[in-house]
Amino acid sequence: MYDPTVARLTYRALLGRRRALILFALPALLIVIAGAVRVLTGADDQVASDVLGGFALATMVPIIGVIAGTGAIGPEIDDGSVVYLLAKPVKRPTIIFTKLIVAIAVTMVFSAIPTFVAGLILNGNGQQIAVAYTVAALVASIAYAALFLLLGTVTRHAVVFGLVYALVWEALFGSLVAGARTLSVQQWSLAVAQKVAGGDLVTSDVGLPLATVLLAGVTVAATWYAGQKLRTLTLAGEE
Amino acid sequence: MAVEQTLTGAGEQTRIHNIGYRNYDGPRLGRAYARRSLFSQSLRGAYGLGRSAKSKVLPMLLFGVMCAPAAIMVAVTVTTKLKDLPLDYTRYAIVMQAVIGLYIASQGPQSVSRDLRFKTVPLYFSRPIERGDYVLAKYGAMASAMFILTAAPLFVLYIGALLAKLDFSDQTEGFLQGLISVALLSLLFAGIGLVISAVTPRRGFGIAAVIAVLTISYGAVSTLQAIAHAQGSDGAVVSWLGLFSPVTLIDGVQTAFLGATSAFPGGEGPSTGAGVVYLLVVLGLIAGCYGILMRRYRKVGL
Repeated sequence: MYDPTVARLTYRALLGRRRALILFALPALLIVIAGAVRVLTGADDQVASDVLGGFALATMVPIIGVIAGTGAIGPEIDDGSVVYLLAKPVKRPTIIFTKLIVAIAVTMVFSAIPTFVAGLILNGNGQQIAVAYTVAALVASIAYAALFLLLGTVTRHAVVFGLVYALVWEALFGSLVAGARTLSVQQWSLAVAQKVAGGDLVTSDVGLPLATVLLAGVTVAATWYAGQKLRTLTLAGEE
Repeated sequence: MAVEQTLTGAGEQTRIHNIGYRNYDGPRLGRAYARRSLFSQSLRGAYGLGRSAKSKVLPMLLFGVMCAPAAIMVAVTVTTKLKDLPLDYTRYAIVMQAVIGLYIASQGPQSVSRDLRFKTVPLYFSRPIERGDYVLAKYGAMASAMFILTAAPLFVLYIGALLAKLDFSDQTEGFLQGLISVALLSLLFAGIGLVISAVTPRRGFGIAAVIAVLTISYGAVSTLQAIAHAQGSDGAVVSWLGLFSPVTLIDGVQTAFLGATSAFPGGEGPSTGAGVVYLLVVLGLIAGCYGILMRRYRKVGL
């Protein structure tokens, strides 16, 4: 199920050239903000929770997920070089699974570690807040990577749709329509974080059992469908 | 000697044969015409006109999403006979910034990245146009497209306000202030979007980078502002923080000069003095974007 060569090529495509710049810039910005906030306010659990929840989990994790998830396969399909990969005697689901592993790893490294560091800077892991949000970021990484990898195989505008989901659906509708919050990766991962933190600082609209089932379900279903999609991939010409 | 003779002999004998094609000796349309064509092509392309049906979907959808709330507000104003529009003209673009950001992110790379990727830029420069013409046409087209996107809902609001018989001079003043503000916003966003997308031939990556710069800077600035405000620091800190993201820059300028109420936490924007700095930064950024684009196209490849 895991092909080291495909994995190596995907890593090179993801971390090579300018793509890595954004991947490094976002976490750096989070840590800078955490430092600035700490200097402005001192250690404060509520503020730490707001910054990690509002900036790290709501904005940074989805964007890194979009870049890593769609970047793992999108450009190859876009410039047509995916045919050389598909022509090799490697199963399509194996290709997807390998790319998923890489996308998850990249998203985790670039979102969970900075979240943890920012949490430590903000309040020194008081009330387990840093750990809780790190766990949420880890869980969210898996689901986001799977979702956006699927988007990458389905449409050429994967980045736009991924961003629409991450920014418009989760941020805008999530804050206006309560029902939309049940269907958001962010809330599912917050449910896990709530369990870890235990206090009242981290809250989610979704219960833990439902969140776990939905997270696992979405990840598996998205990966399976992406594999199916790759089996019947048609290379569209340039629009 | 013999060799030399054959060479000179060959030189005298070879000629490009005239095989009867006629030369073109009609009027040449020249640089200005080429620049205008590139401008109108890019402007049409920004709304998917003259491109495939699929590529019309996104810009048209965003345009619809941009105008729909304005139409709803007008309907509400007319039916409930409000004394004023529920939202200021200047505030509209700030509220709808997510849609504006998505539009520039999707259309900016479409405008310049594909020229780089399919290596059509050298073909443009084999025509009479020069570097400045290309940059001017692309920048102008993108800014105009953004202006159409942001000014159309204001126009809807204005017409609706007049139909609802709201105070004419009041509404006209607000409408004009709104137009100036979205014109600045269009120039600024178009510049930022084009500079970022001109660096990369990959469309998808350009989209992500533009969105990241716009939303992340806004998210970071508004988080810091909210915290500074909650900590009870005076309005000065809050308003100086606004210098670091495009949306808050526009917000600051229109609060200081165009009679808008600020969206900053606490509702107090920069004073007139700080507003001058805001305006200078906005104009500097616009000029800087233009300068970077000019530098960028000094060499055509990457």
